[in-house]
Amino acid sequence: MMQLRCPYCGERDETEFRFGGPAAIIRPGPPEQVSDEAWADFLYQMNNEAGWQAERWCHVGGCGSWFHIWRHTLTHDVSQPTLVGRPMAERPVE
Amino acid sequence: MFGTPWGRAWRKAEPKSHYDVVIIGGGGHGLATAFHLARDHGVRNIAVIEKGWLGGGNTGRNTTVVRSDYYYTTSSRFFDRSVKLYETLSKTLNFNIMFSQRGILNVFHHRDDRAGWLRLVNAMQLNGVNAELLDREQTLAYCPILNADPNARFPIQGAFLQEEGGTVRHDAVAWGYARAADAMGVDIIEECEVRAISRSANGNISGLTTTRGDISTGKVAVMAASGSDRLCEMAGFRLPVSHLTLQAFVSEPLKPVLDCVVASSGTGVYLSQSDKGGIVAGGSTDVFTSFARRGNFGTMESVLSGIVDFIPQFSRLKLLRQWSGTVDYTYDSSPIMGLSPVPGLYLNCCWGGGGFKAIPAGGETMAATIANDAPHSLIEAFSIDRFRTGALVDEAAAAGIEH
Repeated sequence: MMQLRCPYCGERDETEFRFGGPAAIIRPGPPEQVSDEAWADFLYQMNNEAGWQAERWCHVGGCGSWFHIWRHTLTHDVSQPTLVGRPMAERPVE
Repeated sequence: MFGTPWGRAWRKAEPKSHYDVVIIGGGGHGLATAFHLARDHGVRNIAVIEKGWLGGGNTGRNTTVVRSDYYYTTSSRFFDRSVKLYETLSKTLNFNIMFSQRGILNVFHHRDDRAGWLRLVNAMQLNGVNAELLDREQTLAYCPILNADPNARFPIQGAFLQEEGGTVRHDAVAWGYARAADAMGVDIIEECEVRAISRSANGNISGLTTTRGDISTGKVAVMAASGSDRLCEMAGFRLPVSHLTLQAFVSEPLKPVLDCVVASSGTGVYLSQSDKGGIVAGGSTDVFTSFARRGNFGTMESVLSGIVDFIPQFSRLKLLRQWSGTVDYTYDSSPIMGLSPVPGLYLNCCWGGGGFKAIPAGGETMAATIANDAPHSLIEAFSIDRFRTGALVDEAAAAGIEH
């Protein structure tokens, strides 16, 4: 079972968490200056890293907090979490 | 021991320095495309190159279900064409693919689910695809092994049935297409990984660098399932795709107990019994992006508990194997097929959990697309352009679970 670390509750099984998708996606703007291509990229181009990926998770089965982690999509290793709203940790080195 | 051993079904081809068309990916779609290019369009100088072994990706990992219960007319026309081609495929290929149209029963557990399925059944009937809605008694009569307890966690309220749906011997599809394509001169080259895709000064595809040497070609078709996005990056563009893990399970063999494919809309599990007697089962994808090609225990547990709730007799079944594949999903859960932003590069990928059922129609339409350098009418809507125009084919909700 994959283990994730909640900033408040510590290490727990993956089943206590909900995946919130890739993090660090910046909505382009202001809207009237955004090209169709940039907007389509924002809507449909998903971060899909084979390696360390910045992600958002929620501890739904626990304290309910949202946090960011780096997770390796090949090994399922995870970095230390940071709460949403705080600066993200540096991308881990391979 | 009993006469002469079986001969090779296809040659072990060495890569030549030039091909008219190179198809990347030796799964069902790649082999079917090669077959149709050779048979219907007279293109004979074709290579199918495969990183691993033939049919070793999702073609050999799926749960072999074939159906066409799609909501939108565009999807319905395409997938129903595929079912029709499967019906005659054994004869077409002279290879028994064991298509068993045993019926697919999609069980619902709540009256609100019924409304959704009724909407789908109506849409299917309008699209000319046979489908019917069953009540609780009819459902239990059709598949008596289901949990009839009215106090079950997911009580059975009824089901929607597609009688033309069924299962296929998945390896036979790959082998049959491979043998038939090989007989027409198609080179099938295994253990040949693409390292680079080169383009000429005018932007056209000009060739490939592979682990078995350079190949010059003007037409490359990307049919590499979850490897497709990295191939497209080599050609200079990105695919709007996300990778997930999808698991499957097979049990020890039993006497015949389950004569249809049955799925639960409450738990997302689906089951069928193979001709060897094993119960083949699957469920939802794992819930987060992964390239690891191994299933996670959280999803495993929810699939297996769903099975036990659905068919309590299976609680003491022993699993023989569990495996997983990497499935590549787009935003609307529909595939990407047709031309690409790079001239000479064709796409047939992003099938998510639903590519197997589409193999014959995928091969037929992609062969026409490659031969004519214009999308076949059945796949126009699945163009990568829809992620620029916004004209999505949003089958995610309509086609049920992993489709």
